[in-house]
Amino acid sequence: MGKTYLEHTKEIIMNMGPQHPSTHGVLRIKLWLDGETVVKSEPIIGYLHRGIEKLAEYRTYTQFMPITDRLDYVSAASNNLAWVQAVEKLMGIEVPRRADFIRVIITELMRIANHLVWLGTQANDIGAVTVLLYCFREREEILDIFEMFCGARLTLNAFRIGGLAHDIPPGFKEKVRDFIERFPKYIDDYERLLSENRIWLQRTKNIGIITAEEAIDLGLSGPSLRASGVKWDIRKSNPYAVYDELEFDIPTGEVGDVYDRYKVRIEEMRQSVRIIKQALEMMPDGEIRAKVPRIIKPPPGEVYHSIEAPKGELGFYIVSDGSTMPYRVKIRAPSFVNLQALSKMIEGHLVADIVAIIGSIDIVLGEVDR
Amino acid sequence: MNNQNEKKALPENYEKVINKINNIFSTAIIEKKFDRGELTLTVKPEFLIPVAEFLKEEPELKFNFLSDICAVHFPKEKEFEVVYNLYSIIFHHRIRLKVRIKEGESITSLTRVWSAANWLEREVYDMSGITFDGHPNLKRILLSGDWKGHPLRKDYPLSGKEE
Repeated sequence: MGKTYLEHTKEIIMNMGPQHPSTHGVLRIKLWLDGETVVKSEPIIGYLHRGIEKLAEYRTYTQFMPITDRLDYVSAASNNLAWVQAVEKLMGIEVPRRADFIRVIITELMRIANHLVWLGTQANDIGAVTVLLYCFREREEILDIFEMFCGARLTLNAFRIGGLAHDIPPGFKEKVRDFIERFPKYIDDYERLLSENRIWLQRTKNIGIITAEEAIDLGLSGPSLRASGVKWDIRKSNPYAVYDELEFDIPTGEVGDVYDRYKVRIEEMRQSVRIIKQALEMMPDGEIRAKVPRIIKPPPGEVYHSIEAPKGELGFYIVSDGSTMPYRVKIRAPSFVNLQALSKMIEGHLVADIVAIIGSIDIVLGEVDR
Repeated sequence: MNNQNEKKALPENYEKVINKINNIFSTAIIEKKFDRGELTLTVKPEFLIPVAEFLKEEPELKFNFLSDICAVHFPKEKEFEVVYNLYSIIFHHRIRLKVRIKEGESITSLTRVWSAANWLEREVYDMSGITFDGHPNLKRILLSGDWKGHPLRKDYPLSGKEE
């Protein structure tokens, strides 16, 4: 940003949040402003800290499952998947194929639901209110599918260590297929509303740029990293569940601005549709749960397992001392690490752009603060 | 499911990595472990920065992505294990670097190797009370500034008022 401001402006310090509609939770940002330009900033977090890592040390492996729902509550099933797979890796459990396919279907639906919430709220923040209504209409259908699968709509507690709690109900496949058939048309609708909208382009193009090197250095992951042109998706690079058998592309951006992050997420929804379509076709019959001891007691040792959650790399580092409760659980929350990049992104931009940039990283404070 | 991860755990075999490190820093590695498809190296605290820089820059390794930093408390030994989970976006392999320090000892900050270490180290400081030398802004991150104690130490109570 060029120094075009008046000479007699004085640097002021301003608080944005903790209660601000654009921060999607309780996030406070301390801003050093020169006129309306951000000189320096410091995100202040922790307002939603619940001590989840400490709680984990006082619960059995099974009891911790529902708490993982409360990390990133917009995509609960992804957290469940990361946790059960980490414990399975710790214990050396092989999951039946059918369970893996159902897991993939549920988590990909979750990814679509997450991106829909993101798109709706992001558009709403920038001023395109209509998109929010459309996005939540489709998300509702996905939540209905979840309700059919496990009875819950938001905090799913969807999977179990070793497989699933129960098989998919009759009519589930048809319902998912019906939604998947219709959904790509809705994505086109969102794009028609936004992708060439002049106001949208002015608010998002060349805003909050971060280069690939900076992004990797700052530990950015997920769509926010891919928008900077880094083709890294854990589903492809270190495939878990059955992702190595499914065909899909990794969308990437070029500039690494807010617009690219939007484009990447839109394209990811299309890829998720592709994945679900294949998974529905390829899903075999059979068992849905491996033989797991009634009391889960992993042998001593440690494991780090990460998955490609809708927001980035979600990892669980578990240390087991051989008892029924984990000795230590560390959650590598994508939102927490991604939020670090915020200061870099908003530097030199106007206060009004901060709203667009915070939205574009896609954070959930439940996961940032844990 | 886990087989894929094991295959991609390291470029060819992990012995090669260890040999390379041994050649340059002959006494750096205290312990090596290959378990569940994951390689863990425990290094001496004074070798943390050189080994980390080596892992990041070495053309065949390129661990350019710092995934996570975590501290584990062992009250019986009065020790902390600081655990660094590294990843290579180029080669898609993982490694775990560990450092053991006594309670009350400090450790060198990795912020000049990876910027991502900034908040992760602040969280470790906040939760376990380990200080990082050379950190640009070492203060509490999740808890408020006037909080007493460090909750993820094993002697910190689960409930009740702090004091």
